[in-house]
Amino acid sequence: MSATTAMEVNAEARRILAVSISKLYASRTQRGGLRLHRSLLLSMVMRSARDIYHSSRESEELWGAQPTSEEPMETGSCSGEQTVLPEPQPEPQPAMISAEPPSDEPDSEDEGCDGETAEDKENMSPTKQSRKRRGKAAAAPDFLPSKRARLEPGEERHAAPPGSCRAGAGESLIALSLNRVIPAF
Amino acid sequence: MEEESDTRKINNSFLRDHNYATEADIISTVEFNSSGELLATGDKGGRVVVFQREQESKSQPQRRGEYNVYSTFQSHEPEFDYLKSLEIEEKINKIKWLPQQNAAYFLLSTNDKTVKLWKISERDKRPEGYNLKDDDGRIRDPSTITSLRVPVLQPMDLMVEATARRVFSNAHTYHINSISVNSDLQTYISTDDLRVNLWNLEITDRSFNIVDIKPANMEELTEVITSAEFHPQQCHTFAYSSSKGSIRLCDMREAALCDKHCKYFEEPEDPSTRSFFSEIISSISDVKFSHNGRYLMTRDYLTVKVWDLQMENKPLETYQVHDYLRGKLCSLYENDCIFDKFECVWNGSDSVIMTGSYNNFFRMFDRNTKRDVTLEASRENSKPRAILKPRKVCVGGKRRKDEISVDSLDFSKKILHTTWHPHENIIAVAATNNLYIFQDKIN
Repeated sequence: MSATTAMEVNAEARRILAVSISKLYASRTQRGGLRLHRSLLLSMVMRSARDIYHSSRESEELWGAQPTSEEPMETGSCSGEQTVLPEPQPEPQPAMISAEPPSDEPDSEDEGCDGETAEDKENMSPTKQSRKRRGKAAAAPDFLPSKRARLEPGEERHAAPPGSCRAGAGESLIALSLNRVIPAF
Repeated sequence: MEEESDTRKINNSFLRDHNYATEADIISTVEFNSSGELLATGDKGGRVVVFQREQESKSQPQRRGEYNVYSTFQSHEPEFDYLKSLEIEEKINKIKWLPQQNAAYFLLSTNDKTVKLWKISERDKRPEGYNLKDDDGRIRDPSTITSLRVPVLQPMDLMVEATARRVFSNAHTYHINSISVNSDLQTYISTDDLRVNLWNLEITDRSFNIVDIKPANMEELTEVITSAEFHPQQCHTFAYSSSKGSIRLCDMREAALCDKHCKYFEEPEDPSTRSFFSEIISSISDVKFSHNGRYLMTRDYLTVKVWDLQMENKPLETYQVHDYLRGKLCSLYENDCIFDKFECVWNGSDSVIMTGSYNNFFRMFDRNTKRDVTLEASRENSKPRAILKPRKVCVGGKRRKDEISVDSLDFSKKILHTTWHPHENIIAVAATNNLYIFQDKIN
């Protein structure tokens, strides 16, 4: 993949991610409640977009594209890696990865995120928190979007440098949304 | 005075120029009964309208029976689930008729959570000549009654009544997408995203769960059930389709819980067509057995496939409904059209299949001649007795005079629901809030 097509694909993937997230949040206020089938399809599209975004970013780096501007994305996407299905793998993985004790997590992080261990440790607490909340969500359905919205800015303050807040927010929204889409029931 | 007339002029032109369709009028399902005499439609407002075919008159044999409104009733009302703080839509998702066994007609109608059995019956006589009350219902003074009489049945204007005979509720956590009546005429299945439940038509407080694909951990969910149908002749066989593009055939005699399929139909994905949206467009929106029970038809976003029940690894036939949309999946994702669930239908002899598309187009494929046609359901083309002209979508290059280009298609006008008369070439097509009934040309 050439540098320009990688960038185009990257932009396309980001755009699709943004559209998907807005659809996800819109579906929460839809009459009749969250539709499981639609939420599942949305999460699949987001996953594909995220995978393609990563692979296009890797090929951009191969072509010498600026890695620094991508770091804020790393943060969010690392937590995304952690809490959401790895690309081709079947499903049991995310539950197991997030259930592992924190010491194991940097290993899986290193695979996905080029060793941004320091930031990953910061990401671990929100995921640990979100793991707990996920359990609660599974036990008792919690559809109130305001709770989750409050959670995300809190995470952002931990994880990402201020300048990248908006970009990072998108990615960590995915991280939460992808695995919360389903347990909302 | 002048101001008033201006307001009136503005109001009139506004109403004339804007096609007002309230959302409640949008038709959400259409279904002929097993004789074709009745046609039922359900809408987003929870109403069911039943049309009946006129008796063909001997004096005018060339004028075939037309469908007129027979009965209208409110099947479902909006409800509120207090536990989950969710509104339950009253939209009718599916209607299925029971074969006629006496003078009354029975149909099952369902919304997202509750299935109801409705009895539609005619009343054309009423008793008159009561002793204790007048014909208009007022109580008679007993002291004025000097003799006894026997009430007699007198003819009255035909009244069609619909009464809810059974309500099957509280069996589905997720949204019901289909119902199917068994050929034994005693049981039926209702299907939601993760489960299929078997009911007896007489028993409302109990149902058997026969398929459950809910994973122990919801995060591991990868597919949902999109539709299920009983085999038309074998009362122990049913099929269900999934969001991954596969169909499973199950035999209820094997086990109480039919989680293990006895046949699994899936076509391997063509890696060259893979895109962001591959999963969405491979999700099956409808599955229908052929009338002879030998084939299955499935509809996904871009194609209709006919499967031979004896061959699991690939479909027998694949028909492209609107392949020109393949390059537009991203825009269709943004405007939500990619999530549209189109239905498909067989004709009575299983030789022709039909499905809807956008711009109020619908497509028919002749399985024997391999010819296909695109027709349009619109007011301009549908004067009574007018013959429908085949339409064509221009995919690129030079657009001919009658063709319409892909970019001019109106994606808000979609035909999701169609039905075919069980024996004759009569079709009913729902275009948003309008119902079109087309018949074969009479020679």
